[in-house]
Amino acid sequence: MRGTVASLAAELAAGSVSAVELATEALALAQASPLNVFITLDPERTLAEARAADVLRAAGQAGPLAGIPFAQKDIFCAEGWRTTAGSKMLGNFVAPYDATVVVRGKAAGLVTIGRANMDEFAMGSTNENSAFGPVHNPWDITRVPGGSSGGSAAAVAAGIVPAATGTDTGGSIRQPAGFCGITGIKPTYGVVSRYGMIAYASSLDQGGPMARTAQDCAMLLNAMAGFDARDATSLPRDAEDYTRDLDRPLDGLRVGVPRGWLADGVSADVRAAVEAGIVQLETLGAKRVEVDLPHAQYAIAAYYVIAPAEASSNLSRYDGVRYGHRAADYADLAEMYARSRSEGFGAEVQRRILVGTYVLSAGYYDAYYLKAQQVRRRIADDFAAAFAQCDIIAGPIAPTVAYKLGEKTADPVQMYLGDVYTTLVNLAGLPALSLPCGFGEGGMPVGLQLIGGAFSEARLLNVAHRFQQATDHHLQTPGGAA
Amino acid sequence: MSLSADDVRKMARLSRLLISDADAAATLNALNNTLALVERMAAVDTRGVEPMAHAQDVALRLRPDAVTEADAREALMANAPAAERGLFLVPKVIE
Repeated sequence: MRGTVASLAAELAAGSVSAVELATEALALAQASPLNVFITLDPERTLAEARAADVLRAAGQAGPLAGIPFAQKDIFCAEGWRTTAGSKMLGNFVAPYDATVVVRGKAAGLVTIGRANMDEFAMGSTNENSAFGPVHNPWDITRVPGGSSGGSAAAVAAGIVPAATGTDTGGSIRQPAGFCGITGIKPTYGVVSRYGMIAYASSLDQGGPMARTAQDCAMLLNAMAGFDARDATSLPRDAEDYTRDLDRPLDGLRVGVPRGWLADGVSADVRAAVEAGIVQLETLGAKRVEVDLPHAQYAIAAYYVIAPAEASSNLSRYDGVRYGHRAADYADLAEMYARSRSEGFGAEVQRRILVGTYVLSAGYYDAYYLKAQQVRRRIADDFAAAFAQCDIIAGPIAPTVAYKLGEKTADPVQMYLGDVYTTLVNLAGLPALSLPCGFGEGGMPVGLQLIGGAFSEARLLNVAHRFQQATDHHLQTPGGAA
Repeated sequence: MSLSADDVRKMARLSRLLISDADAAATLNALNNTLALVERMAAVDTRGVEPMAHAQDVALRLRPDAVTEADAREALMANAPAAERGLFLVPKVIE
């Protein structure tokens, strides 16, 4: 499927293609794909959604997205769909209700092609932590697609669907978008409802769209975002049209480049592509300024305390009683809990639960958890100071292009270090996007990260859109991988 | 600070996880590597810094104390690993 959300929406509106035709094509591509991007396909359910979208359109009640096929990350509960979060723990879980993102998607007429593969409970940067097997990068099937929204990114990059949902706790939308050469935005914390989104680290988790272009992401974010009384941290704000500023000129835009971000910590190919991306922004009228984020280097440390701490609490709900995996053999209740959890959770999830339990335990709370929350404040303050000097911040998404499957599985800390440019954004709760800015080693895509102040999504999408009007990196597709 | 095998066993017990003897050494190693990574933040001067628990400093909302959810008992029970007569079954906890 070679169209974008915008181009397919125009075809649907003109009546030159139907939702059922698009869904049928996407399903065929999904079933033929060797990339393992979907955990669950349910063609009957998909086609029912597509028929409903066609009915909506025939009745003249369709919004612009009615009939657009998309991949739903398997972390959003959707009534009647198996919803696994990439875990054996939820291998048989059929959601009894809809997440707010699902409700809003249905209202917009989006058509679910399948449930996108992901790192278990969104814990991972490679999609290798899925209980349903790794996803392959469509640009090179021996490489990872990134994670945790790896299935979502690969499905879009391979042209199976024009759009996907993702979630981003420490980079899980932006990094796979970068590794797969697509566009993805993590909104400001509180803009997209977390209701029905299976929790990893609740103070950091945020859903968002992934697609080929910034324009597509803006259209999708219009459908996803909005206040939700069912999410205690949803922000009561007026609805926004995220497409409103797409064509705004970039003259005078101050682009901050954090000192040290394009130095030794990033590989030469990524540095060159990101530098070229920043030069492109200057060509479009932006002005480059140096900014300082002095505590950014401590973000991974704070993140790998705060996220596991919240995860250890959130995942205590999986006890084998009300839902989820229950062990077959146990002597008593305590053993049932422990066996069910050890069998149901993968190794990385268990490691993070253990780390989280440790940093929250008596005697260590102040040294780890409280300290991490103080570092978090320092990082947020750094951003506030930087945004006094610039409008947006530009930099890399990850230190390298996508690496080989299996390359970093032996040492989790090596994988954590790849999150150096993404976790700080979640700690501060800010919006940020990834867009393709060139190619590096092995012909793999490189992502450019744009970070903005709270609620600057429309501005970020505007900058990315203008960039994409002047470049063709986002139009490149992997050869023959779909 | 380095964890001992005893620390890991204690965390596993608190976490309701079973770490097999075969996995114990690798788990200990991975946890110690993670703690070595996070201990880098000791270099940050945080004297007098207010801890930040959330990205948005907003007060939790209150709503009227009224029933807002429809009855979904059957759908919710359908995912139970063991249920009988509308009740979740667990091993006997009181002798």
